[in-house]
Amino acid sequence: MAELAQKQALPLLTRLWFAWICFFRVLFDGAFASRAWEAREPHALPAAPEPARLARSKPEPAPAASPPTTDAALQLLGLFQREGRLVDFLEQEIASFSDGEIGAVARVVHEGCRKALREHAVLTPIRAEEEGVSVTLQAGFEPAEVKLSGKVQGAAPYTGVLRHRGWRARDLTLPLPVTGHDPRVIAPAEVEL
Amino acid sequence: MSARYVLGIDLGTTHSALAYAEIAVSAQPDARGRTAIAPIPQLVAPGTVEARSLLPSFLYLAHESEGPQAVPWDAERRFAVGEHARARGVDAPARLVSSAKSWLSHAGVDRRGPTLPVGAPEDVEKISPVEASWRYLEHLGEAWDHGFAKGDPALAFAKQEIVLTVPASFDAAARDLTVEAAVAAGIEDVTLLEEPQAALYAWIEGRGDAWRKEIRVGDVLLVVDVGGGTTDFSAIAALEKDGALELTRIAVGDHILLGGDNMDLALAHVIRQKLVAEGKEIDRWQVSALTHACRVAKERLLGDASLASAPIAIAGRGSKLLGGGLRAELTRDEVTRTLVDGFFPEVTAAARPVARARAALTQLGLPYASDAAITKHLAAFLGRQAGATAKLEGFVPAARRGQGGAADRAPRLLHPTAVLFNGGVMKGEPLRGRLIATLNAWLAEDGADEVRLLGDADLDLAVARGAATYGLARHGRGIRIRGGTARAYYVGIESAVPAVPGVDPPITAMCLAPFGMEEGTEARLPPHELGLVVGEAVRFRFFGSSVRRDDQAGAELESWKDGELAELAPIEVTLPAEGRREGDVVPVRLRASVTEVGTLLLEAVPTAALKPDERWKIELGVRAE
Repeated sequence: MAELAQKQALPLLTRLWFAWICFFRVLFDGAFASRAWEAREPHALPAAPEPARLARSKPEPAPAASPPTTDAALQLLGLFQREGRLVDFLEQEIASFSDGEIGAVARVVHEGCRKALREHAVLTPIRAEEEGVSVTLQAGFEPAEVKLSGKVQGAAPYTGVLRHRGWRARDLTLPLPVTGHDPRVIAPAEVEL
Repeated sequence: MSARYVLGIDLGTTHSALAYAEIAVSAQPDARGRTAIAPIPQLVAPGTVEARSLLPSFLYLAHESEGPQAVPWDAERRFAVGEHARARGVDAPARLVSSAKSWLSHAGVDRRGPTLPVGAPEDVEKISPVEASWRYLEHLGEAWDHGFAKGDPALAFAKQEIVLTVPASFDAAARDLTVEAAVAAGIEDVTLLEEPQAALYAWIEGRGDAWRKEIRVGDVLLVVDVGGGTTDFSAIAALEKDGALELTRIAVGDHILLGGDNMDLALAHVIRQKLVAEGKEIDRWQVSALTHACRVAKERLLGDASLASAPIAIAGRGSKLLGGGLRAELTRDEVTRTLVDGFFPEVTAAARPVARARAALTQLGLPYASDAAITKHLAAFLGRQAGATAKLEGFVPAARRGQGGAADRAPRLLHPTAVLFNGGVMKGEPLRGRLIATLNAWLAEDGADEVRLLGDADLDLAVARGAATYGLARHGRGIRIRGGTARAYYVGIESAVPAVPGVDPPITAMCLAPFGMEEGTEARLPPHELGLVVGEAVRFRFFGSSVRRDDQAGAELESWKDGELAELAPIEVTLPAEGRREGDVVPVRLRASVTEVGTLLLEAVPTAALKPDERWKIELGVRAE
């Protein structure tokens, strides 16, 4: 499983999203649940456990903590939709539109989503150097933080060109949940009277 | 129990903010960083509460179908305050209360009566401008208690010392109503502070000790405060008293309903014209999105001189983002023409704002400034206050450049030596540059030196911070700006003359409160007696003057120069019948005092009192008939 460990760690936002997807697929998709069970622990037997037990054995704080996780992901989606119309943008077929039209809309999405992102997350590059410069990685670097590509061989220290600075979420603050509010409503329908 | 904190509250026309400072630890008088901004949790979208440093001063009266507007401390609330209220107001404008502060200072409406939102549908329970202000303060208090006090009674909002800022141009009635709102919000210890003074306190705090090197005796500081909805000017003189530097606020300007929002609207109008010329249609919702986009584009263009234009994109309203959108460009030329030349035109020192005659059938609305030229309003302010430093004790004017013939005659305008900007609008360098250049041209013509620019702090939060700094200054920690009331107040007495049709009876103005009354002082009891009818509400016309500095209480003016006295909302007193017969006429004298809070208190004192210390409070700011 060395190859797995070398894989790039997913960004936090993607993980939040993925956790939400997994929750429902594990619940309703037996085949997916069994694959997920295998991936959980490299040496586990390919058993088909009941979903409820799976949830309990997850290295999560407690089963009760699962719903807030999906709420957080939904909140984030709602936030990007509200501020930057991200869901509208992703859900629309854009093939028939000109680059100019898409560009104009991209400004709306970019401005709003960027504002939302900066208000709620603190992202910093993993490497401080400029992209394109030569960097040396000493032994013991964190493989989840730095992905090696090209002629990957030999032992550290490695010298190569920084292609992507990487991103790390230093902080993520989400709105306080209000009881009685359904976070699955990403955007309400609107009827003008 | 004494308070642990002083809280400075900027209760703005479009935004409010809360700053705090601990009284005990702030021992050093000139230390920096003593104040902090409190985050304010608020609804930002349905069911979404977030903490922001600013609370938009908007109140949305939710429709029944929308359910409760829950906040962490109240799940059943029927109205929303803050960001969500503002955003929701775009969808349903008739249910949105905005600019409550401007209504609070509008003498033409009953400010305690349910008037807002103007034009609301019948199912909306309207609220008064006082209640709107109360709700904003209440929200700030709840946010503090929720996030900071957390149930500790010693830290509770209501138990802290609270400094509330008001525009310098607020008259006695508007100040009174502001305090009324604060009391309704449960605040026990409140003091008022003028916003431009608060801005200067924030500047002083930001500078630390160094400010004493930047301000010298003889300086006249002009504070130009352009907020979202209002423009406010104040002049503060640095003088010497008992060997120490003292700051005295010597003049304040009129209440001008003109600000950053007008500028964004003006730009949106320009872009809208362009889009209409291209054959596009724009609905109300898009105009609002356009105004927002223009604000963003304006800030980019004003902030970066290398940009020639900024793109503006408005997405379609439906879920199809592409296809229904609008695209336009805001060019530097348009910004210069619309904002710099439109709001800050180069005018002479003799220029005055044009007062447009109001149409006979005006809707109930705010008295917006009819002339958008801020430089003209400034010229009027400086011209009117030309003599503000003439009789100022301890003031030694800064040495003039050269000898100049200007010394032979009285100055045509007040000569500021330094300018401090406040308000988000003044972040724009081209706007500041134009205002300074225009001001310098006036000064040069009048034989005075150019002004210095005092470096500014965070223009959005300076007033709240400054209010907290002032709270510390009241504990002897830091310099205090003096000045007292910025107006003299007069009661109008009709002369007893035979009636002539078509001619108003001549009126005499008797001074009740002289200019510059300090907090906690009482004016002399004027000798003039008035007769009040027992059991009947008796009204008087009421006037204020920001230029007549020498009238003492009791002085009677038969005539005055145009513009010297401004009529305010009338005052009213009702004598209870206790001990007297209904309908009797009781001779009284009117006495003014300024409370520790900073409000004007008028009382009717009977010449022949039935019991010791008998007096009746006179109501300010009664609606004109």
